[in-house]
Amino acid sequence: MEKIKHKDGWFGEYGGCYAPETLMPAIAELKAALAASRRDPAFKRELNELSKNYVGRPTPLDFAQRLTTSWGGARVFLKREDLNHTGSHKLNNCIGQVLLARRMGKRRIIAETGAGQHGVAAATVCARFGLQCRVYMGTEDMARQSLNVYRMRLLGAEVFPVDSGSKTLKDAMNEAVRDWITNVRTTYYMIGTVAGFDPYPTMVRDFQSVIGKEARQQVLAQAKRLPDAVVACVGGGSNSMGIFSGFVLDKKVRLIGVEAGGRGPGLGEHSSTLTKGKVGVLHGSRSYVLQDAYGQIAPTHSVAAGLDYPGVGPELAYLKDIGRAEFVAITDKQALAAQRELSQLEGIIPATESSHAIAYGKILAKKLGKKALMIVNVSGRGDKDLKPEDIA
Amino acid sequence: MSTRLFNRFARERMAGRKLYVPFVTAGDRGLAFTKKAVLTLVQSGADAVELGIPFSDPLADGPVIQRASQRALERGTTLPQVFKLVAELRQVTDIPILMMGYLNPFLQPSLEQNASLAAKTGVDGFIIPDFPPEEATDWNRICATKGLDTVFLVAPTSTPSRMQAVAKAATGFVYYVSVTGTTGMRTQLPTTDLGAGIEKVRKYTPLPILVGFGISTPEQARKTSEISDGVIVASVLINAMEKTKNDAAALKRLAGLSRQMAHAVKNR
Repeated sequence: MEKIKHKDGWFGEYGGCYAPETLMPAIAELKAALAASRRDPAFKRELNELSKNYVGRPTPLDFAQRLTTSWGGARVFLKREDLNHTGSHKLNNCIGQVLLARRMGKRRIIAETGAGQHGVAAATVCARFGLQCRVYMGTEDMARQSLNVYRMRLLGAEVFPVDSGSKTLKDAMNEAVRDWITNVRTTYYMIGTVAGFDPYPTMVRDFQSVIGKEARQQVLAQAKRLPDAVVACVGGGSNSMGIFSGFVLDKKVRLIGVEAGGRGPGLGEHSSTLTKGKVGVLHGSRSYVLQDAYGQIAPTHSVAAGLDYPGVGPELAYLKDIGRAEFVAITDKQALAAQRELSQLEGIIPATESSHAIAYGKILAKKLGKKALMIVNVSGRGDKDLKPEDIA
Repeated sequence: MSTRLFNRFARERMAGRKLYVPFVTAGDRGLAFTKKAVLTLVQSGADAVELGIPFSDPLADGPVIQRASQRALERGTTLPQVFKLVAELRQVTDIPILMMGYLNPFLQPSLEQNASLAAKTGVDGFIIPDFPPEEATDWNRICATKGLDTVFLVAPTSTPSRMQAVAKAATGFVYYVSVTGTTGMRTQLPTTDLGAGIEKVRKYTPLPILVGFGISTPEQARKTSEISDGVIVASVLINAMEKTKNDAAALKRLAGLSRQMAHAVKNR
């Protein structure tokens, strides 16, 4: 993205830093630490080393032969972020942020989580570096992603149940912000997605951009060409911005973000923020927001806890408005069918979140035709989604 | 700059009195109740009233104001209805009225339209905690042309350069956040640090500096007003009212506690 110049912290009219005054000095401190880390080769070296030896990068770009044959269209390559340590792309961001937190001398980390993947990644890096960790999680999400709650606790983190509002990711984020306001002097807030106060959207994208950088090199090496399309699911937008950032300057590569269509198009039934929301300010930045006519944030639904969020990263809003990225919605049912399909055709169980991207990949493959090539980002693995009662 | 707010604050300061500004959430128990609550606060000695605009995600608020906000939304309270309420109040009182709320509801349908409505209905100004001066330059310009005050907040964490920026952007008064935390009742306030912080801000502005967040007893209100130009009292008033289901009883509690607070601030 280096070549697209933006006013600091802004992507066109989106972004900014709409924070309570109590947080503003800490946010300025974070920006300064981030800028210093970018100038420091030792930071990059440490990040790369952890990325390789701890996270397990690079992740493969895997040609899905049976899926391609079955779908009868474009050749499908899967970017295997599910193979990262902890089972999703979330760790890419957490290792970057934990190194920053250490440089800033913060010993206490807080995070919000929806599906629990970011919470697990945060708990993991805190264990690795001996830091105190509290993860805020909505009680509805704790019930539907109970395996991840157990993992976080095993890793030594405190999982703090959030029972307000819709009891999902949005409410977990509210509570994490309240904690940060109260303990800002000692605490580092590890946001898991490309949303929130500037510099988080830029910082998290940069830590996730390794997905796109690798994918671009890998596709050029393996297929000797760029893809026609890159497909990724969008909740807050971290895996999609991560992979899109590698291709955004390749104007001919279509970038397609897949949102959660939930149970249907009515407000409250889905989490399709970019396809159905309007501009507002939620959790510190200006972007698309699902809201009512009076600016109250709307309830959302998705079978995928990680997509069940009424906001979205400001850079994605910008890419939508300038026409560089396209956004579509996939329903709960379509996503669950795709999860089964990928499991049985390729032996890869994708997260329910990632299954939204798979489901749209199937539709797109036909449209693009056999000469085309696409990359679908498998942002995480689906073990967390398995419930004994579902396994028939 | 709103003349109503300016004149009232100037009059009190000339007389050597400190300022007492209570807060109620608009629509908690319904807007008809809010109207009575505002008039009760006026009678109890308020120099201005803050009307909280309910928001679904009040991330700088503690549990008491969160609950009030939630109750108001469950009754379907909207910003246009609160403007209407202010217009009604203007028939009977000239108390300065400030709206305090989060940014997103003010963006619908647009900041310009809401500022126009505010000026038309008799709102005197705004306090928007998630709208720092850096992002609010257009908003300040809009409000200035309509004679509306824009109050900004200073926190215990604010650096001198931020204090200066906030003081420069603020009109009406500067809101000094007493504690590093969300709104809500506190048994203790960090009075020594508070005094030092307020004196720092004073270097940058001739505006009154009022202290809010956490003030829960008349004694705290008295002590805090000694080191500042006045106090803002919110959660403890809401807390007193939410303990009873009966509206008349709630108003009586509000009147009693608010009178004590006003007395502690004004007759030291």
